[in-house]
Amino acid sequence: MLALDKVARTVLLQELVKGFAMTLRYMFKPKVTLNYPYEKGPLSPRFRGEHALRRYPNGEERCIACKLCEAICPAQAITIESEPRADGSRRTTRYDIDMTKCIYCGFCEEACPVDAIVEGPNYEFAAETRAELIYTKEKLLANGERWEREIAANLERDAPYR
Amino acid sequence: MAELFASTIWPVTVLVFQILLIVVPLLFAVAYLTYAERKVIAAMQLRQGPMVVGPYGLLQPLADGLKLFVKETVIPTGANKVVFLLAPMITFILALIGWAVIPFGDGLVLADINVGVLYLFAVSSLGVYGIIMAGWASNSRYAFLGALRSSAQMVSYEIAIGLIIISVLISAESLNLSEIVRAQGEQGWYVFWHFPMFVIFLVSILAETNRHPFDLPEDESSLVTGYNVEYSSMTFALFFLGEYANMILMSAIASVLFLGGWLPPLQVWPLTWIPGPLWFILKICLVLFVFIWARATLPRYRYDQLMRLGWKVLLPLSLAWVVLTAGVVVAFRHLPA
Repeated sequence: MLALDKVARTVLLQELVKGFAMTLRYMFKPKVTLNYPYEKGPLSPRFRGEHALRRYPNGEERCIACKLCEAICPAQAITIESEPRADGSRRTTRYDIDMTKCIYCGFCEEACPVDAIVEGPNYEFAAETRAELIYTKEKLLANGERWEREIAANLERDAPYR
Repeated sequence: MAELFASTIWPVTVLVFQILLIVVPLLFAVAYLTYAERKVIAAMQLRQGPMVVGPYGLLQPLADGLKLFVKETVIPTGANKVVFLLAPMITFILALIGWAVIPFGDGLVLADINVGVLYLFAVSSLGVYGIIMAGWASNSRYAFLGALRSSAQMVSYEIAIGLIIISVLISAESLNLSEIVRAQGEQGWYVFWHFPMFVIFLVSILAETNRHPFDLPEDESSLVTGYNVEYSSMTFALFFLGEYANMILMSAIASVLFLGGWLPPLQVWPLTWIPGPLWFILKICLVLFVFIWARATLPRYRYDQLMRLGWKVLLPLSLAWVVLTAGVVVAFRHLPA
């Protein structure tokens, strides 16, 4: 009887029919791929993307040139030079991040005592030359202005867990 | 002059026009078959398929064609140039000339010859020459191995196809494709009477067109794509077009032999209202879907499994079915004397 059962399954191509039924069923399932430039996946508020230097609401730079980020950076991607400003407060004259060295570990934003350097939600900053990936202070501050709303919202959402 | 026009020029013009009427939509269908294949396989793998070129990626086949067109044709140093360039042309031309005898509707056929089935069988058998020539002329061991596999495979499965066609011929009592379709109108579609043969025919045409799961001649993992490794640009495009045109041709043959060609499934009002050629195209699409479906479902056969299936399973089965069909015809119907 068992042999007969086996023969019947073979003759009726049971396995083939099963396989074909499965692929047909899958054809009508929702797609899992995103149509990337037009559709994007959700991002965590902790997402570590492109860096930005933030300002206080009154327009003052947050960064106080403490160089903790430069010290902790495991890839040594950050270079900071500083001197006292006319009003006596210490400010950076140079704040460079070599984005080709950066490993996006997020230690810089962890180290920062004033939430000045942060990694924002932007991950679409591919460039065609290496030189474009050496970010200067101006570029980082511009990023801060451009992404401030998203960065502030993310910091607030993540605050209860810190 | 007027006599020459009436006797030669005008009929030739009409013929050329008729040929273009078949070939141009066919090439269009080939282009969009590649699109359909990518979309269907993508859907079965929960992907989206081409989406970037044009709305829903609809212009993707044109972009692919343009890309191949502007590439350089590389001819390997050791290759036999004439044969190397002739091979893709032969493949492509053979995939096209089969369409001469395919009836698109009642009387809608380029050449209504009485040996249509034989002609198709001959054309599809010749298809192996393109591949063999390509494999030999490339002077590359992968290409040669692919060509050897392909020729052995196509010859093996043609025997099964031939026997299946004989069963159909015995039932229809004609070699004319239009007559076979008309006979199905009277007797009912052969997919019902010859259902096991229909399944075997589908399997065999997969092997005959070197499609999954029998695409051993193009086995990427062991032959780095097989007989067409050395081809690039338009020569490659011709192989590609030939393969897909062959798929459509084989689907058309399956529709004519088993699915009642241009006939609607039932002779009732809303179905008879749809014109015959449209039914025919629908049936071709259905069989083509099976081609693509099989590709998305089945893993590739090992070469000895392929040969075992062809010679030890499909051949005896189709042979037994020929005997059975002949017996039934002798017993229950009078034979044409």
